[in-house]
Amino acid sequence: MKTVFERPHSLFDLPYPYCPGCHHGLAQRLIAEVIDELSISDRTIGVGPVGCSVYIYEHIDVDFVMGAHGRSPAIATGIKRSRPGTIVFSYQGDGDIAAIGTAEIIHAANRGENISCFFINNAIYGMTGGQMAPTSLLGQKTQTSPRGRKVQTEGYPFHLCEMLAVSEGSAYIARVALTNPRLIKKAKEAIRKAFLTQIEEQGFSLVEILSPCPTNWRLPPLEAVKWLEEHLMATYRIGEIKVKEGVTNAC
Amino acid sequence: MKRILMKGNEAIAEAAVRAGCDLYFGYPITPQTEISEYLSSRLPEEGKVFLQAESEIAAIYMVYGAAAVGKRVLTSSSGPGISLKQEGISYLVSAELPAVIVNMSRGGPGLGNIQPSQSDYFQAVKGGGHGDYKTIVLAPDGMLGQMMEPVVFTEPQFDPLPPKDWAVSGKEGRKRRFIICFALDPQELEKVNQALQEKFRAMERNEIRYEIFGDEHPDLLLVGYGTVARILKSVVREGARKGLRLALVRPITLYPFPSAVMKEKAVQAGRVIDVEMNHGQMLEDVRLAVEGRVPVHFYGRSGGMIPTVEDTLQKVMDILSREGVKHENGI
Amino acid sequence: MNRVIINQEYCKGCGYCIQICPQKVLSFSEEFNTHGYYPANVGRREVCIGCGFCAQVCPDVAISVYRGDEL
Repeated sequence: MKTVFERPHSLFDLPYPYCPGCHHGLAQRLIAEVIDELSISDRTIGVGPVGCSVYIYEHIDVDFVMGAHGRSPAIATGIKRSRPGTIVFSYQGDGDIAAIGTAEIIHAANRGENISCFFINNAIYGMTGGQMAPTSLLGQKTQTSPRGRKVQTEGYPFHLCEMLAVSEGSAYIARVALTNPRLIKKAKEAIRKAFLTQIEEQGFSLVEILSPCPTNWRLPPLEAVKWLEEHLMATYRIGEIKVKEGVTNAC
Repeated sequence: MKRILMKGNEAIAEAAVRAGCDLYFGYPITPQTEISEYLSSRLPEEGKVFLQAESEIAAIYMVYGAAAVGKRVLTSSSGPGISLKQEGISYLVSAELPAVIVNMSRGGPGLGNIQPSQSDYFQAVKGGGHGDYKTIVLAPDGMLGQMMEPVVFTEPQFDPLPPKDWAVSGKEGRKRRFIICFALDPQELEKVNQALQEKFRAMERNEIRYEIFGDEHPDLLLVGYGTVARILKSVVREGARKGLRLALVRPITLYPFPSAVMKEKAVQAGRVIDVEMNHGQMLEDVRLAVEGRVPVHFYGRSGGMIPTVEDTLQKVMDILSREGVKHENGI
Repeated sequence: MNRVIINQEYCKGCGYCIQICPQKVLSFSEEFNTHGYYPANVGRREVCIGCGFCAQVCPDVAISVYRGDEL
C-alpha cells in the first residue's frame, strides 16, 4: 500500500478545537508538513498569539513561546536575536497582527528580522465572538459593525501584505488561500519559501492565509468558502506579493 | 580598585554588563537614555546584543522572548515607558520568566518632566499590571541618572545559578517544551496563582535588604530610600551636631518590604517621619509595618523638587518639640 | 483497492471532502459522533481513485488515504 496522505509527523494526533470548516487546522497542518520536509523541527521555535490561533502550541511538536496579543513579532525578535541558530515563526490572526500588533509587525519587517510570520486572515475577530477586524470588508456585518462596515466610520479593509512589501526589509511576502487542493499546494509552497527565506538568512518573510470563519460569518462551511472565494479574494489578491531579488529559495 | 567618574545611568549599564547581561532592548526616554547609549557600544564589544525597539511595549516583549530562551536580559525606561511595559511585566510573572527592568524615575503624572521623583513606588511595588503578582523591587543607594559621581566596580561574585532546564531552545535531544502565560481552566489558574504566591512568600523570607544608619537609641526614626536616603543621612549628621538622637532605616528592597525592622526601630524611637519625593506612597507600607504603635509623620516634595537637608531637619525638630522630647543639650 | 480512512471522532461534518471528491465516494454518515456531528463516511469505496483530495482539504486532519498496489 502506498501512502497518499497521512498526518504529518510534527502534528500531534489530537482533535482540533476549531469550529467546523475553520481553516486554522489546515494552515497549521501545512506548517507542520513543511517543518517536517525541511527537517527543522529540532531547532524550530513557534511564537503564539492571543485569539483562535492560540491553540497552535498544543498541536505542533516544536518548542513554543506564548505571549501577549499583538506582540508575537517582538517576542520572535527577542528569541531570534538570542538564538540566531533557531528557526523562529509566529502565527497570528488578523486582530493580533493588523490591529493591536501593527507596530510590531511593521518594524519586524522593516528591520528585515530573520523570522517567518504566518497570518490567518478571516476578516473577523473569532475567539471573542465575531467583531469587526481591520481586514473586515466594506459592507461586512459583524458584532461591532451591525449595519455593515462603512468607510466614513470604520475606514478601509487593511492590506498588510502590500504595506509590508514596500519595506526593503521584507524579503518574501505571499497571500494564499486553502479552498481547494490546487490552492493548498500553492499555499504550502509559499510557506516553504517563507521558511527557506529565513533558513538562508535573506530577511523577513510573511504568508497571509485567507480563512473562512463559518461560525462568525453565520454561514455553513461550504457557503463560507464560497463567500471567501467571491468576496475575500476579490479584496485580497492572492499570489506572491514580494520576492526580493536574490531570494532564490528554489522549492 | 580604581575610582572612575560615571553618570548613574552609565554605572547601572556597566554593572549589567559585568553581571553577564546577554541582551538589552530599550527605547529612548529622558532621563535614562544614556543606559541605551552606553550599552549600544559596550554590549557588542562583549559579543552581546543591543537593539533599540520601536516602543517600550515592543522592548518588554523582546525581553520576554529572550528570557524565554534562557538569556540574561535587561530593559530600562522612565515613568511613561514603564507604564507602557506593565502588561508585559504581568506576562513575565505569569510565564515565570526572569528579567531586569530599570526605571530611572521622573516627575509625573502624565508627561510630567525629566527631574527626579519617587512617584512610581505604588506602580512598582503594588504591581502596576493586571493580576495578583509582585516583583522584587530594588532601590539602589540613590543616584541621579545624569549626575556624575565616583564609582568603584568590585569584581562580581556569583554563586552558581541552577541550569535553566525550563528554557525553550529548539527541542533537539529532548521532548519539546513550551512557555505559556495562561490557564483556561480556573482550577489550573488558581494553582498557578498559589505557586506564584509561594514564590512571593519565599522572597519575603529571603530577599529583604535594608540599611540602618545613625544613633543606636534614637528619639526619632527617619525612613527614606534612594536619593532621599542620602539626604536623610545628612539630616542625621546635622541633627547629631545639634544634640538630636536620630536614626534612618533605608529600605534597599522596596518589595519585599523590611516590615519587621521598621516596626522594631519605630517602636524603639517612639516616632517616625517618612520622607519621599511623592505625596506619600511608601508611607502606607511604613504605617502598615508600624501598625499604629507610634505616630508616623510624612514630609514629601514632588514634581521633581528634592527635599533639602534644612527643611527636613526643621520638620524633625518641629515634631520633637511638639512631642516634648528634650534635646541632649536642652535647646 | 484504494483505502480512505476517516477518523469520525475528529470529523466535524464540514462537508469539504464530500464536495471535493471527484468520484463521489464520500457522503454524510447517518449516525452522529460523540460531539454531535454527522461525520463524513466512505460510501462507495470501490470507485475511489486514491487522489487524496479529501485528505488535502480536511481542516481537521481526519482523513488518511492509501493507494493499493494491485491496480
